[in-house]
Amino acid sequence: MSLSLTLALSACAAVFAAVFSSVLQGAWQRSLLCLLLAITGLLAIAAGITGLTDGGGAILLPMGLPWLPMHANMDALASFFFLVIGSLLLPVAIYSQGYLRGEERLTPLAVFMPLFVLGMLGVVIADDAFTFMLFWELMSVSSYFLVTFKHENLENRKAGFIYLLMAHMAGLLILGSFAVLYAASGSFEFSAMREAAISPFWASVAFLLAGFGFGTKAGVVPLHGWLPEAHPVAPSNVSALMSGIMLKVAIFGFIRVVWDLMGPGDFQWWWGALVLAAGSSSAIIGVLLALQQHDLKRLLAYHSIENIGIILIGLGLSLLLAHFGHLTLAALGLIAALYHTINHALFKGLLFMGAGAVLHSTGTRDMESMGGLIHRMPWTAGLFLVACLSISALPPFNGFVSEWLTFQTALMAPQLGGALLTAIVPFSAAMLALAGALAATCFVKVFGVVFLGHARSQLASDAHEVDNWMKAGMAVPAVLCLLLGLLPVMFIPLMDSVPQLLLHTSLAGSVHEQGWLWLTPVDVTHSSYSAPIILIGMLVLGGLAFWLLHPKGTSIRRSVMWSCGNPHTHARMQYNATSFSQPLRRIFAGIYRPEEHAHIERNRHKLLTDKVTYVVHVGDMAVKYIYQPIGKFTLFTSKLLQHEHERGIHAYLAYTFFTIVFLLAVFI
Amino acid sequence: MSSAFVQMLQAILLLLLAPLAAGFVSTCKARLQNRRGASVLQPWRNLRKLFGKEVVMAEHASWIFRTAPYVVFTATVMAASVVPALLVDTPLSLTADVIALVALLALARFFLALAGMDIGTAFGGMGVSREMTFSALAEPAMLMSIFVLSLGAHSTNLTTMINHTLNSPFALHPSLAFAFVAMLMIAVAENGRIPIDNPGTHLELTMIHEAMILEYSGRHLALMEWAAMVKLMLFATLITDLFMPWGMTLEASPAGVSLALALWIVKLAGLLLALAVIETGLAKLRLFEVPEYLSGAFVIAFLGLLSYYMLEVGA
Repeated sequence: MSLSLTLALSACAAVFAAVFSSVLQGAWQRSLLCLLLAITGLLAIAAGITGLTDGGGAILLPMGLPWLPMHANMDALASFFFLVIGSLLLPVAIYSQGYLRGEERLTPLAVFMPLFVLGMLGVVIADDAFTFMLFWELMSVSSYFLVTFKHENLENRKAGFIYLLMAHMAGLLILGSFAVLYAASGSFEFSAMREAAISPFWASVAFLLAGFGFGTKAGVVPLHGWLPEAHPVAPSNVSALMSGIMLKVAIFGFIRVVWDLMGPGDFQWWWGALVLAAGSSSAIIGVLLALQQHDLKRLLAYHSIENIGIILIGLGLSLLLAHFGHLTLAALGLIAALYHTINHALFKGLLFMGAGAVLHSTGTRDMESMGGLIHRMPWTAGLFLVACLSISALPPFNGFVSEWLTFQTALMAPQLGGALLTAIVPFSAAMLALAGALAATCFVKVFGVVFLGHARSQLASDAHEVDNWMKAGMAVPAVLCLLLGLLPVMFIPLMDSVPQLLLHTSLAGSVHEQGWLWLTPVDVTHSSYSAPIILIGMLVLGGLAFWLLHPKGTSIRRSVMWSCGNPHTHARMQYNATSFSQPLRRIFAGIYRPEEHAHIERNRHKLLTDKVTYVVHVGDMAVKYIYQPIGKFTLFTSKLLQHEHERGIHAYLAYTFFTIVFLLAVFI
Repeated sequence: MSSAFVQMLQAILLLLLAPLAAGFVSTCKARLQNRRGASVLQPWRNLRKLFGKEVVMAEHASWIFRTAPYVVFTATVMAASVVPALLVDTPLSLTADVIALVALLALARFFLALAGMDIGTAFGGMGVSREMTFSALAEPAMLMSIFVLSLGAHSTNLTTMINHTLNSPFALHPSLAFAFVAMLMIAVAENGRIPIDNPGTHLELTMIHEAMILEYSGRHLALMEWAAMVKLMLFATLITDLFMPWGMTLEASPAGVSLALALWIVKLAGLLLALAVIETGLAKLRLFEVPEYLSGAFVIAFLGLLSYYMLEVGA
């Protein structure tokens, strides 16, 4: 058994052991849970790195069904996702040690958090459809209990129900996809599915089933309705895991089925175009809806939709280019998507942990009652800023590297098929640019409204900094965000075994042909980027400017802010989350369809205004036009069948009898 | 002369000429409006005055407010020094391609916007909200117009793109014409000039850029103003690089560099004069007509892309 497989299986064992922390009480329970989760994280990182460098191995586990033992395989793809899971699980475990302090009812978390992580690790390492689905369901069901952790709120129970329903719809579609592959290969084992030839029609069926199934779980527009409901209501450390890793496991499943089990030979041109369209629309709709939120965690959940869209743009480009035989560029697209996968895991994990710190300290998720937190929570503010810069794709942080690689893939795409198909590629790149710029707008709003300005409520002015565990938990991904942004040339060769496995192409040679300082995806005349030089240049220039301009030994004079001469300023005069996004609400009114109500009270005289109220609600179009009609239709049809349920036992016996007769008539 | 020396020379020239360029535009505008106007050196004098003044900061300004001028200034200068002005192949042009250049400017804007939100005045928030909204809409148009050029050159490195234009025979490409118009429109918007924003006004209904830096004073304000001037120079140089690089030198010889310098100044003067004429001739757009202007620029750039694929790629 290879080293990486040993490490991976011990990670699974460690996380399973963490379930038994539920027998303990209080602080011991919390410490053991967090310790074992941290150990799992470390083991997963080690397993991922050794698997990527030395190659993994397969093993037949002595459990499972009698005729179908569990197959585990630690190949390059599984190793990479182990690395993704581990690198967020470790900081979240450290953070939880502080975050869960004072939580009275720990036992549900102590049972379901390890099971949830075990589910994700199991999906990644699975090498047959049965094991895959088993762990997939474990992941979905245990995360349901985490979403409904605070089940005393009606909102949480509702969110949990929608989540469970959608997760099982997704599970059913994925099962259908495996059924198609089973029919082609005659076996549940992935190795047999890889070998089997599949007709183009059935390949497309399997692709569509997998696409919709994994797409639902990943939150692709318009299947995303559950995501902004479920992610905000879970405890923040769980939200970080759900948004940071669980969505990535869905991306993993999609890559596993389409790239690995089917392979580039089966790709058709419209697969890539469809994924590209889904990715572009998810990116744009996700960020546009995020801009209109004032619940901090809900806003972050919409950003997950946007980032899944960016990952899908990379994957769509890879599909399209692989179909037309440009395997090097397809590998670049895949690398860009995978790079964004780990980047998003890190910065979104950090953002949710930061939101958790703010929630912990102020007790609210509503941005309209925050403000000025940078003075009371300086550490959280600084670390949160790193995540904001990363997610807004600004150099020298990591988000920029993966978006840059996606742009490069799109721009280097040669002529494909017809002019229209060729034009889709740069168009999706332009949509990526729009999404990136809107994300920057949104995070200026988040950071500006939450951390800058004046406190908008007593809750915000009474806020306090969080403890060292939480700070340390947030510091780890912040450092990783900067490192992944500065040293992509060292990290991409590590990931390179994934395209080697899936597309039989390597990028390692071209990526660092100019040394570790320069990232050159194809060659240096095409494009190059050097984050270290930019950072050093900026530090030198900025330091020089500061040193030259800053008068020594004097402190800056402070005075009141300028308020047009009006001495009566109030914190509510500041721009808030709703007013910040007003221009966009007006520009994209066709997409938002905002319901606005302005009411002016004039009790004394028609020229004297007493009170102005303004209420705006921006709903989610997908929920309004897809989910609600389906829900209504289901209710309507079940009403029609309702009276059939009210009959006596003999009617039920008759139903059973006729069903059996029918089945016998059809199948024998 | 080594190429590193020319790189330094060019970066310093960009920094020093930037206030002159701003002064040149306002002098031209004054003359076009039948006024004498201030001297071309006025922006220089303003900067010198501001550098000598004391800084006054609002009571609860955080470290973001203090560091933002330095970040904005260095990111803008870093972006500007990546753009080749005289020599085609400069050492720094490898560190960032056009996309990274746009991202560096976005970094500067991000901190400018955060500083605007830091004090918590309604003006700051208003300016930030508008600036971020419009710049987000400008971004796809800008990249689309760059894509048109980089598709022909098969590269996003400025050096390779300039070489491609220099080495291909002069022909009127419809795609380039579309990209040029789109790029000019975006350059006007990104630099906050009429018809998008008026740098000379403090009228709250229309103010964008000025609203964000309203709380700054002394050296901080000087750095912010200087960064804005460098950005104008950067865009002018970028347009000359991408669409009319003729005259730029391939090797760092004194004769080549001085010819390139002379031509660069002439080209910049031409562009800035055009800007002055546009600013004099047009009125400012209403705020909610700006998105139409920007989406117009995007459509024009996209037409350029389509005409590239349909008319030029096979020819």
